[in-house]
Amino acid sequence: MSDTRRITLRVNGKPHTADVETRVHLADFLRGSLGLTGTHLGCEHGVCGACTIIVDGRAVRSCLMLAVQADGAEIETVESLGAADALSPLQKAFSTHHALQCGFCTPGMLMSLEAFLRANPQPSEADIREAISGNICRCTGYQGIVEAALAAVAAREPTQ
Amino acid sequence: MSARYFGAAVPRLEDPRLLAGQGRYVDDISLPGMLNAAFMRAQVAHGRIRGIDARQARNMPGVAAIYTMADFAAIAQGPMPPMAPHPLLKTPITYHPLAVDEVCHVGEAIAIVLADTCQQAEDAANAIDLDVEDLPSIADPLAALADDAPKVHSGRNSNLIGALRGGFGNVEAVFAKADHVLAETFSIHRGGCHSMECRGVIAAPDTLSDGLTIYTSSQSPYMVRRHLAQYLKRDESTLRVIAPDVGGGFGPKANVYPEEFAVALAAFTIERPVKWIEDRSEHFVATTQQRDQVWNVEVAFTGEGRMQAVRGRCIHDNGAYAPYGLILPATALASFPGPYALEALDVSIDVVLTNLVPTSPVRGAARPCTAFVLERLADRIARHLDLPREEVRRRSLVATEQMPYTTGMKARDGSPISYDSGDYIKALDLALKKIDAAGFAARKTEAAARGTLLGLGMASCVEDTGLAPFEGATVRVTPAGKVTIATGAASQGQGHRTVLAQIAADALGVDIADISVEAADTGKFPLGISTIASRIAVTAGSSVELAAQKVRNKALKAASFMLEAAEADLEIDNGIVRVVGVPSMQVSLGDIARALSGSAGLLLPGHIEPDLAATAYFESNALTFAYGANACEVEIDPATGDARVTRYVVVHDCGRLINPLVVDGQIRGGVVHGIGNALYERMVYDEAGQPLSTNYGEYLLPLATEMPDIEIHHIETPSPRNPIGVKGAGEGGTIPATACVISAIEDALGTGAPFIAEHPVSPDRITQWLDAMTSADDLKGRGQ
Repeated sequence: MSDTRRITLRVNGKPHTADVETRVHLADFLRGSLGLTGTHLGCEHGVCGACTIIVDGRAVRSCLMLAVQADGAEIETVESLGAADALSPLQKAFSTHHALQCGFCTPGMLMSLEAFLRANPQPSEADIREAISGNICRCTGYQGIVEAALAAVAAREPTQ
Repeated sequence: MSARYFGAAVPRLEDPRLLAGQGRYVDDISLPGMLNAAFMRAQVAHGRIRGIDARQARNMPGVAAIYTMADFAAIAQGPMPPMAPHPLLKTPITYHPLAVDEVCHVGEAIAIVLADTCQQAEDAANAIDLDVEDLPSIADPLAALADDAPKVHSGRNSNLIGALRGGFGNVEAVFAKADHVLAETFSIHRGGCHSMECRGVIAAPDTLSDGLTIYTSSQSPYMVRRHLAQYLKRDESTLRVIAPDVGGGFGPKANVYPEEFAVALAAFTIERPVKWIEDRSEHFVATTQQRDQVWNVEVAFTGEGRMQAVRGRCIHDNGAYAPYGLILPATALASFPGPYALEALDVSIDVVLTNLVPTSPVRGAARPCTAFVLERLADRIARHLDLPREEVRRRSLVATEQMPYTTGMKARDGSPISYDSGDYIKALDLALKKIDAAGFAARKTEAAARGTLLGLGMASCVEDTGLAPFEGATVRVTPAGKVTIATGAASQGQGHRTVLAQIAADALGVDIADISVEAADTGKFPLGISTIASRIAVTAGSSVELAAQKVRNKALKAASFMLEAAEADLEIDNGIVRVVGVPSMQVSLGDIARALSGSAGLLLPGHIEPDLAATAYFESNALTFAYGANACEVEIDPATGDARVTRYVVVHDCGRLINPLVVDGQIRGGVVHGIGNALYERMVYDEAGQPLSTNYGEYLLPLATEMPDIEIHHIETPSPRNPIGVKGAGEGGTIPATACVISAIEDALGTGAPFIAEHPVSPDRITQWLDAMTSADDLKGRGQ
């Protein structure tokens, strides 16, 4: 007997209405029901950060949030950043600074940094390291990721 | 031919797709009619299966089937074939795809549940009623050697499955005459895999034939095909195995796993596609790990601090099965004598079963363990003789004049191991210079003023790379003027596509944007071995070079005929073959490819064999040795025991660099893995073999806030053993890193510090040592 509820939410600017099982977490909903497989699941217990997305402007681990809790929410996933042929400055900086290897943690890293850099336009290196301290990367040793974030900050037009 | 790409920091071709969230990992693949699988696994470390009652579970919502091994009897039975047979293993110790009557570690799969959703499958797996008789278990490899120890498998009368021994020279004589001899015991622990993507597999029966397509998150798709075909008594051509994007491998994904077999058997039985995605809690109990080695060793050395000989014995925790034969302990043995020119060596490794998940290579395999033993011994000798640590190393390292240096050890194929090239002492001196060892005393004083303890560490390493026999490649030019490279070499984030394209682009004189790479799909390339042992740049890289050169020669021959010009007068630039000095006389590679594709009724230009393509298998018949030296600083807060690596310098020689961006990335990631092994990663079990660290709150991995920037300096000594002069770079970061960090911790603790012969070292352990040192000082103070 599955218990389902109807939810309405916006994902990457598009409205969606869906009937979801109450026990399905948001990451499974995004991946399975909406086909947004850019959001990855690395631990499903809220530590690795691979599933990080932006919910109402804040970085959230989508494995720790039920889909029904996202009713009415505005959600951004990695697919909302630049497409492969039109990468955002942060995505481009990731490539230039070799901030990804296997690419599995990358969507979570990008979304953590995206939320963080919007709120903190002039961070220090230590701030950036703190901002991604909830995202585990087994491949890079983090240095390229930190350098990419700093480069994206430096490349941004100074705000008036 | 100009090297436009080889050696350049070309941004990776892999990146745009992965950055846009368009990667395609196993779990991103969904097929029509696909069922989701979950495994019911053993909860005890050792038990006899008395009964399985799945009647209630079968009736749960969404459940399509629940299978045990008995349900597959018509297709296949018996244990899985061993991946790497070893003469010492008279009978292979491999899993059944699903346990039949005995389980030998927590996490061993017993039944597979197929349901519409993975949640339904997991619910049903939890509802299966399993009747298990507890059998005595053993988790400690040392205790497992006792005559009266419980046996890991009830059918075996000993837990010792192999005693490997290696060495050279007259050890007795060297020890008898040595100025000094010291003995130490080392306890080494290396945790698990922890690729961010867990394992996963999809098996889809082919509706048009009786074949099966398998997508698996594997380093060894060709081994999966080979062993599954052997197990099913099928022709390999009926199985297509694809490793799509793979989210990290680090060694354990090189194994062929029982879940891969069970999912394939289930898909054949139910005649529908079946997907299984490992979750992280399963990764802790069912993916191979590396865990423990305990070494008892003696070292003989001269009064000047030259290491002369090492002898000793290791107890190696094998876990419950040996799917990968004795590869891991054999690698530990083969890694001696490291970068040191020993006169004699005699080491043995007892490989011991435990009721724990099997061990197999994790990044570096057992080379970091051997490096830990040798580097710690070098530090120990320095302390004993009151010499600088670097001085012991300078006097003991293989000197560049000795290259090529035959160590006395034998490779897996029985051939003598010889280090091909390099300057080990120069690497060490450069690392110490770059970290400013001369200024260290001043920095230590500054740290003391802040109330912290600063230590300097160092470690050297040598790494055998380019393991035989081959990874092949086909290079093809299409009529559209595009170049495709097909290879068996699987990738888990190393950037192989980019570096292989760089090699081909230079050889063919084409733009790298015109090259695409198809890899790790048995349907696209006939043969492959495995992405292990830092071997792909050497093996696949050389094959791409050889194949691309053949294609180039073929294109020039065809163009010579088409342009009516001598081959010697032709050049290739940006995909165009032209007569030097006569720009109007030209033909594109695409047009040559079209001509060589044939047209009905027309002869091929110059009677050249059709297809502007070539395949090459570079035979990697001699290992090529990368090496390096690391130096680091660790700062300890004596109040908490917190140890931070504050600076880290790597000097590394992997021959010619194909892409410095990629090589540096491999080294940095490798070093951080080694730092994790030094400070954080510990897989904990209780005495009965129950795992106690099964999530990332209990098992710690390196995080951004704790990791230093890693400064890298390259020495480029081209390898004489392959056509592109490269050596592998995948594990050279990891091998010395743990030893380097521990060396720094011991140095930070200062005079009176214990000799540190273990890792990982927790803050708790450091405060214990500091407390003991304080009490010792107090006692001394009172005594005076």
